[in-house]
Amino acid sequence: MPLLDVRDLSVVFQRKGTRPVRAVDGVSFTVEPGQTVGLVGESGCGKSVTSLAIMGLLPRRGNKVTGEVRFDETDLLKLRPQDLRDWRGRDIGMIFQDPLSSLNPVIPLGLQVAEVLERHQGRTRKAALKQARDLLDAVGIPDPDRRLDEFPHQLSGGMRQRALIAIALACKPRLLIADEPTTALDVTIQAQILTLLKELVDDSGTALVMITHDLGVVAGLCDTVNVLYAGKVVERAYRHQLFAEPRHPYTHGLLQSVPRLDVDRGERLHQIRGSVSDNIPWSEGCAFAPRCDRVIDDCIGETVPLEPTFRGGALRCTNPVPQEVPA
Amino acid sequence: MSDALVEIDDLKVHFPIKSGLLFDRTVGYVYAVDGVSLKIKRGETYGLVGESGCGKSTLGRGLLRLVEPTSGGITFDGTDVRALSGERMRLFRRRMQMVFQDPMSSLDPRQSVESLLIEGLKAHGLRTSMHEKLRSTLDSVGLPASALSKYPHEFSGGQRQRIGIARALVLDPELIVADEPVSALDVSIQAQVVNLLDDLQESLGLTYLVIAHDLAVIRHISDTIGVMYLGSLVEEATADQLYERPLHPYTKALLSAVPIPDPLVEDRRERILLAGDLPSPANPPSGCRFRTRCPWSQIRCAEERPELRVFDDSGQRVACHFAEQILSGELRPHEVRAELVRPAGDAAVDAELIPTQGDLPTP
Ligand SMILES: Nc1ncnc2c1ncn2[C@@H]1O[C@H](COP(=O)(O)OP(=O)(O)OP(=O)(O)O)[C@@H](O)[C@H]1O
Ligand SMILES: Nc1ncnc2c1ncn2[C@@H]1O[C@H](COP(=O)(O)OP(=O)(O)O)[C@@H](O)[C@H]1O
Ligand code: SF4
Ligand code: SF4
Ligand SMILES: [Mg+2]
Ligand SMILES: [Mg+2]
Repeated sequence: MPLLDVRDLSVVFQRKGTRPVRAVDGVSFTVEPGQTVGLVGESGCGKSVTSLAIMGLLPRRGNKVTGEVRFDETDLLKLRPQDLRDWRGRDIGMIFQDPLSSLNPVIPLGLQVAEVLERHQGRTRKAALKQARDLLDAVGIPDPDRRLDEFPHQLSGGMRQRALIAIALACKPRLLIADEPTTALDVTIQAQILTLLKELVDDSGTALVMITHDLGVVAGLCDTVNVLYAGKVVERAYRHQLFAEPRHPYTHGLLQSVPRLDVDRGERLHQIRGSVSDNIPWSEGCAFAPRCDRVIDDCIGETVPLEPTFRGGALRCTNPVPQEVPA
Repeated sequence: MSDALVEIDDLKVHFPIKSGLLFDRTVGYVYAVDGVSLKIKRGETYGLVGESGCGKSTLGRGLLRLVEPTSGGITFDGTDVRALSGERMRLFRRRMQMVFQDPMSSLDPRQSVESLLIEGLKAHGLRTSMHEKLRSTLDSVGLPASALSKYPHEFSGGQRQRIGIARALVLDPELIVADEPVSALDVSIQAQVVNLLDDLQESLGLTYLVIAHDLAVIRHISDTIGVMYLGSLVEEATADQLYERPLHPYTKALLSAVPIPDPLVEDRRERILLAGDLPSPANPPSGCRFRTRCPWSQIRCAEERPELRVFDDSGQRVACHFAEQILSGELRPHEVRAELVRPAGDAAVDAELIPTQGDLPTP
């Protein structure tokens, strides 16, 4: 049984006098206990809105969320806000791109970690602070005893992200949602943080939803990958499957267009034409059709459905990239 | 005529750190660029990589004198650029143009594309067959002539970057300094802009200095790559050589940190994980600036700053005392403890009072 089961999740933003924006459009995916699942896609495809909807963190007004978010059989979308708050932090941890905005600037770090432990695990202040010290140590923050009394702005971006990871993992949640946790960091710091995350989730058996635009990050980390385009999942596959044989023309095009450090430099990069502003609405066919090299008549007219492939994979395409026939 | 279009000699850009109520006292310096020498050959692409804050942008801006260098020499096509003053510098600048990272914030939203492009031409007194020139420039960056009457917000990120490139091109420059030209763009758009830069270089014979933190992109477009760390070049080599045989420990760590979109490769990779953060450029370590994070550092590294020296016949340059011993395996890496680095102080650096020239339109 999956730990997290997101079914047909949609989020529509609607403000008076503006056209509704369908930011997330019927997204379904599951996360098994201990599994690492990737959500990849480019800016604006609905990654962050999906994660905020799962956590119940979207603004109260101006949007409509439909579908189900089952965590351990409980539909989080049906919980009252105060009950949901108990789940957050205790059963589900989260990390965002910008650690500074998720840390409280006027509370010392130690206390911020300790408060989570006090609230969810009923620790005394003293015990919680001691545990906070150990947590800061575990995420690789130098000299943790002294860091307890310091404030977020006294730390570098990488160290702040470590502090946030310490808070997110303080209660040993069963699920961690990380939204672009390394995008604002330099590549050498990114490598530190990704290695740390991998070790921590491996050790604790925490399931991880990794949200990123970087296919390289996914390649090293995720068991299963969901590729999002314009608010919908267009392809889902096991990591090795997805990278070895991408079937969706968008996934295929993306993988071909990024220069790789480990292969000889080609002359020109493969490029995907146009931009997301050329998309057509999903109700009129495949949103990617105006940019797609493989577009055929069947792609236009009505929504292309997401069809299961094998081993839990799925594909939303009428004319997918052919599979290589083994010789 | 030498084959170098640009020669930078021991360039330094130090920003004063002011303190006191009226910021009248200089209490130190940010050594943003601290003694860089390099040559950029005519028609080639020189790529500059390094972590944020290591001085890449400041070097690019110092080269164009958008920020005044503290010392050092800049020669462009035989002309001593630092000796040019006022009006002559302004006219000279047409030959060296800049393309910025964020196409939205570098384009004035109230100006149509036409007036954005004309602005530069006018400033340089170039009025001949203006309309034809604008159309052909737009065409060369893959935008229709109808774009002329539109405004920046009507375009996607990739198209705005094309406008930024067109604005530089319309002046027929010889050198383009592109500071993170694709890093603000979506992955699916990056290839378009990279290919465009390639095509333009081919057809117009442009010389590029491309600044980026993405090593895979830099390797793809560059002929020569310079790796910067804390204000200095630590290594320089041809793009292939740098990847084949990185000599400097920092280059090795940087290359090993870049994620590769292939699980088969990722599963087998050995990473050199660097401890801690980039030290503050206001308070760089003594000796080798990389020593606080270097897994090969020795006592000598704290005492003596390694010079960027030619390593062998390949022309590869490296600033490390022990490059030979590290390459041969004679010197083994050891563990490094992370040192805590404080982020730049709140009020210490007051950018407004620092004599930099405006970043934007470079007429
Ligand atoms: N509060 C809001 N009101 C209206 N539209 C919104 C709001 N938040 C997000 N959107 C829209 O929803 C869509 C998806 O946004 P989302 O932030 O999930 O993208 P993302 O995939 O996380 O992108 P990025 O990679 O840039 O973080 C976008 O078109 C965005 O403009
Ligand atoms: N105008 C300025 N005043 C003071 N310090 C500056 C200024 N511009 C850049 N710096 C500092 O110089 C260093 C190098 O910056 P920069 O060249 O922008 O790095 P990069 O482009 O490699 O990220 C940084 O520490 C930065 O904060
Ligand atoms: S459905 Fe058609 S247009 Fe869409 S990705 Fe597949 S082939 Fe291309
Ligand atoms: S000089 Fe010393 S500290 Fe610097 S890179 Fe070489 S071995 Fe490392
Ligand atoms: Mg987002
Ligand atoms: Mg920069």
